[in-house]
Amino acid sequence: MKTLTLPISNEAILDLHKGDPVALSGVMMLGRDTVHKWLYETFVRQTRQPQDDDLEVYEAIKPLLNGGAIYHCGPVVAGLDTKDYRFVAAGPTTSIREEPYQADVMRYFNVKAVIGKGGMGPKTLQGCQDAPGVYLHAIGGAASLIAQTVVKVLGVHKLSFGVPEAMWVIEVKDFPAVVTMDAHGQSQHAVIEQQSKAEFERLLAVPF
Amino acid sequence: MRDLTESLIELIRRTSTDLSPDVQQSLEQARDREERGSAAQSALITILDNVELSRKNSTPICQDTGTPIFYVRYPEGWSTRRLREQIRSAIAAATKKSYLRPNAVDSLTDKNSGNNLGDDAFPTIHFEEVEGDELTVELMLKGGGCENVGAQYSLPNSQLGAGRDLSGVRKVVLDAVQRAQGQGCAPGILGVSIGGDRGSSYYASKEVLFRPLADENANPDLAKLEQRLTDESNQLGIGPMGFGGKTTVLATKITGRHRLPASFFVSVSYMCWAHRHRKLTVRGEEVSYE
Repeated sequence: MKTLTLPISNEAILDLHKGDPVALSGVMMLGRDTVHKWLYETFVRQTRQPQDDDLEVYEAIKPLLNGGAIYHCGPVVAGLDTKDYRFVAAGPTTSIREEPYQADVMRYFNVKAVIGKGGMGPKTLQGCQDAPGVYLHAIGGAASLIAQTVVKVLGVHKLSFGVPEAMWVIEVKDFPAVVTMDAHGQSQHAVIEQQSKAEFERLLAVPF
Repeated sequence: MRDLTESLIELIRRTSTDLSPDVQQSLEQARDREERGSAAQSALITILDNVELSRKNSTPICQDTGTPIFYVRYPEGWSTRRLREQIRSAIAAATKKSYLRPNAVDSLTDKNSGNNLGDDAFPTIHFEEVEGDELTVELMLKGGGCENVGAQYSLPNSQLGAGRDLSGVRKVVLDAVQRAQGQGCAPGILGVSIGGDRGSSYYASKEVLFRPLADENANPDLAKLEQRLTDESNQLGIGPMGFGGKTTVLATKITGRHRLPASFFVSVSYMCWAHRHRKLTVRGEEVSYE
């Protein structure tokens, strides 16, 4: 088990390899579908004009993402009425939906770790080499367990996106994950996909 | 008519936080089958730790509490309009208690309703009047990750060499499992429907997931195909979370629907390992859960 502390240095990233279990600690931000589209269109590509509090939020999250981590997660949060927020359940969501945006977001904001489940594709693998950064796989569905590693909810941006889509800022201690895509171009997902595809072809040829 | 709202909140709590014993047992068997110390086994150990913790603390097993899908079977005399109201208020109350995540998003405005109530199909409620004096409510919570990897095929499919027979069904179901990789939170449970129109076929592929994991299909040909599809899916080596391993699918459930001569659909609903489904029964004054 390797321990990682946010923000993460390039040296620490280059020391990580596909298959390494890690325990991550520090402050990180949640962001999934709406956030990635918003970041990409408003700031990376600038095809959309900033609106409302967009620029304010941008200034607040920039230092968090620089050397930081983005967690694909839509949590169950208690204390919405009192703003005394507490994470009740917070497992990863499927990451592949961010494939069109992720590599550009990593490069633009210097994101070092993308956390989610299910893995990502070749664009993000290239992003991991460029940043350099890693993809950390958390256990899908292990929501109560992972919520226990959230020491504190520090705040939230764009709650107007809805609870599951907002940018929650959390402090975690020993958040458990496995490196499945590293900065050296290695992806466990590419390996399994290739192997299972070959087995599938073999099964297709088996008579009924 | 009596108010079932409190009992429905309890049904939702149990469904979201207390995994049914047959699914847990199947996950335990998978854990013992995987290679000692492998990523696959470690994932299953974490999954089972989480199952225990969720049960102990009454917190959601998975943060994606999905689309709540209700099947209500009621004796004569009950008002489905009032039952619908009670189900909807139970959903809102359970969301407030953090048993559910607010999941209903308006597709045109992107606005989350905040209380988990959307249009008539969110939550999804099916009503059926039955004989006797027993009312049952079955609930399934199906998350978006596994819903997204569901698939529907129109046979024949020349790319896969799949014709309009059980051999063709086998090929397309394996294709769906192969394409899903770990993204539907493997190990999954496959709900397969053969026939119907596009809509009824997908519905049937979900309904069949209410069957107990261990039961055997009454149709011997389908029973054989269910076992074969589970075995062959596991040969693909995708494994828990897609990490690689021996357990990709825990069980397969197949059903058939009548079809038009022109159509032959095969629908696959992929259920994640967190297969959350529970049942509430009302007999006179007595309310029980299973």
